[in-house]
Amino acid sequence: MPAAPPAVRADGVVKRFGPTLALDGVHLEVAAGEAHALVGRNGAGKSTLVSVLTGMERPDTGTVAFSGESAPSFGDTAAWRARVACVYQKLMIVPDLTVAENLFLNRFTGTGAINWRRLRARARELLAAYGVEVDPSARAKDLGVEQRQFVEIARALSFGARLIILDEPTARLDAGGIDRLFDKLRELQRQGVAFLFISHHLQEVYELCDTVTVFRDARHILTAPVSGLPKEDLVAAMTGEGAPPGAAGAAGAAALPRQATAAGGAEPVLRARALAVAGAYEPLDLAVRAGEVVGLAGAAASGNTAIGETLVGMRTPDGGRVEVRGTAVRTGSVPHALEAGIGYVPEDRHEQGLVPGRSVAENATLTVADQLGPYGTVLPSRTRRFAQRMIESLDIKTSGPSQDVDGLSGGNQQKVVIARALARDPGVLVAIKPTAGVDVKSKDALLGVVRRVAEGGSGAVIVSDELDDLRVCDRVLALFHGRVVAEFAGGWSDRELVAAMEGIEPEERAPQQEQGGRQTQPADSDTSDQPHQPEQPDEPDQRDQPEKGQQA
Amino acid sequence: MTRPTSTAPPATAAEGGAAVEKKPQLQLGGVEIDLGRWRDFSLVPVIFVLGVIGFIVSPAFLTSDNLIGVVQQSTELGLLVLAQALILISGRMDLSLESTIGVAPVIALWLVLPAEGGRFTGIELLPSGTSIILCLLVGAAIGLFNGFLILKLRVNGFIATLGMLVMLRGLHEGITGGKSIIEVPESFAYLGKESWLGVPAAVYVCLGLYAVGGLMLGYLRHGRALYAIGGNPEAARAAGIRVDRITWIVLAIGGMLAAFAGVLYTGHYGSVSAGQGKDMIFQVFAAAVIGGISLRGGRGTLFGALTGVLTLQLVINVMTLAGVPAEWTKFLNGAIIIVALVISRFVSGEKQD
Repeated sequence: MPAAPPAVRADGVVKRFGPTLALDGVHLEVAAGEAHALVGRNGAGKSTLVSVLTGMERPDTGTVAFSGESAPSFGDTAAWRARVACVYQKLMIVPDLTVAENLFLNRFTGTGAINWRRLRARARELLAAYGVEVDPSARAKDLGVEQRQFVEIARALSFGARLIILDEPTARLDAGGIDRLFDKLRELQRQGVAFLFISHHLQEVYELCDTVTVFRDARHILTAPVSGLPKEDLVAAMTGEGAPPGAAGAAGAAALPRQATAAGGAEPVLRARALAVAGAYEPLDLAVRAGEVVGLAGAAASGNTAIGETLVGMRTPDGGRVEVRGTAVRTGSVPHALEAGIGYVPEDRHEQGLVPGRSVAENATLTVADQLGPYGTVLPSRTRRFAQRMIESLDIKTSGPSQDVDGLSGGNQQKVVIARALARDPGVLVAIKPTAGVDVKSKDALLGVVRRVAEGGSGAVIVSDELDDLRVCDRVLALFHGRVVAEFAGGWSDRELVAAMEGIEPEERAPQQEQGGRQTQPADSDTSDQPHQPEQPDEPDQRDQPEKGQQA
Repeated sequence: MTRPTSTAPPATAAEGGAAVEKKPQLQLGGVEIDLGRWRDFSLVPVIFVLGVIGFIVSPAFLTSDNLIGVVQQSTELGLLVLAQALILISGRMDLSLESTIGVAPVIALWLVLPAEGGRFTGIELLPSGTSIILCLLVGAAIGLFNGFLILKLRVNGFIATLGMLVMLRGLHEGITGGKSIIEVPESFAYLGKESWLGVPAAVYVCLGLYAVGGLMLGYLRHGRALYAIGGNPEAARAAGIRVDRITWIVLAIGGMLAAFAGVLYTGHYGSVSAGQGKDMIFQVFAAAVIGGISLRGGRGTLFGALTGVLTLQLVINVMTLAGVPAEWTKFLNGAIIIVALVISRFVSGEKQD
């Protein structure tokens, strides 16, 4: 195999989106028939590189070559498809068409009417050639995630592609599915197909891949054979550990946690007891004291976002309760959560935060409309005054309360969303990814606000996978597959936390964290004797599956 | 395709970027505010120009009889547009309004008219003085049923209300046997036919309802919530607004307003014809869209909607006076809708799908 030219070779690729540098002269080489992992934290540039490699984005400078030939011209979709394909997390097949139609979409041969029988026969042949056991006449939507991925891979290969990019393929698979997917990939690898495997689960990288490339902050950090690379070194490469924590530019002095206030045995302002959503996370006990900022760390499917959404009433839990200052809150109802004093900064400001086309004032006062005038009225003068106060206290850069929110920069939009959450003087603030998509300075400011809220005697919960967000927390719980796997009481290193979020088992980490992991066990055993948990019996299975998959 | 916004790029680049990004946006925002402030009034000059054209075209235009005729005709359409505007602002649509305007009076009259003697026989269940209230209750019930279909059963609102449109029209024709009801009680007809100080009572009532609606949208928290619900229902929910409950109430109010338009219509013409309100929904949408109500929800004002109604009625009136045959008004109505859609698409800059 060494004789064959690499399946893909990218050199000196630079890609800029406006002011942000998404790829800074990166290089990548995937040998033919190799399983190559590409890892990096969010925003490291992985997705941008995938776009460049699949012809979706044109690099500013740099070259891409497939099997020694330079890449097709930009926009020649057919030529790109014959060289490379990407299986995204979101499946790209038409759900209501049959497997056969999906396989041959837009390339039915012959003229005139489609010969359905022949199409199905050809589909069956194609699937058989790659050992995919799927009925070609089944509707795509009736297939499982795993089968759909196989169909997509088969389709990609039928175009002639010898390089398949897999973007988080295991995120929605169970342990058995992961095993079968990996078996299939190894089989295809033997036929000379190369894979570029993008995953947040380092365990899987070690299991499947030959070589790993690490990106960080839009730059190539290292490429090394997996077998010779200890896990700690891999995590260190991803996090850039070694540099002082503040060097990244975020989490300035204002945002640093103050251990002293939090450590006091104050009464919890927010308490969750055996809170659970089946399929999202397991029964959780959580207490947030006044003056404390608690972080819920976890990758995309870890369940941390779901926990945040349950606390604020956006999701209805299957069991358990939420209490604010000792009083139970009706779960699954945002108005009740607000009334009880839970402020909410939603995950995506465009999705759940802002009302486009309305003014800053209006957006910032959505939650306090009942306090802006008598008898259900909303007085413009009071609204303006209220908004003005928010603009000043959060330093929102706007031409005035009546400016349209669409005209603000990302960081200022996010401040408006936070203003909305703080408008009611919440006893506890739940912020999901509060700094997503904002620049470094705004990030500092936003995290400073969260910190100030806590210092003012409230509690705060930050749900995030960003280390900078979590750094302001007094205490961080790391979640993996819906379960708290570790608890850090501050002073954690990036490496420890990332390892926990990536699901590397405690015994592979320092013993100190192992203890942290165990501390959370009572949460599970506590709830197992509660009668109102019908999904309890299933959960040990769910919990075991992913681990099994990774140990295999 | 996530851009590396979350990890920290070199600080200088980010700062520079932020500065570059912010400036034009602020300016852009300033321009938008100005545009937004004046967008409500954009039809006022159009109405003025139409007036001038009308004056040139026919000496009959600027007579009080003609103008009163125009505003009176605007009241029935205006109430339907008011109803539709509230529903559109909260991000929904209700096609069945055009049938409600007919069927609500029919049911109300059926409940109060004597069982024998007249051309149309009712069941005389209740005294005739209650007919207006009954009519409004029927409208509210229709709105609530629409809400049940859309919000509880989660069926597609367009198709559900289209089905209701046809069904209610059928109910109307079924009850009346396809005939007009001419025995309208005095109390029911009063508002539609009476004039106060030389101007039809319906005009005062209609303007009053627009004023109340406008004040609610601007100064009541539940009214203001409509914009949030229509603009971004998820954000509204995250801010603790009871989205479904409020939408349901809006649909019921919409039905009531349509029923009330039926009261005025019936009074105006002195009878309920079998086709009362037929095809009006097209004019309703035309007026709402011309008036700047976004079909995607969250945008528009009642003042704009009212100017839309007046513009549409003036165009029709001027055409009629100019001698355009009545057979062509439908064509023109359609053309106006298309032109208004295209204009609003490019003025607002947003795609309409």
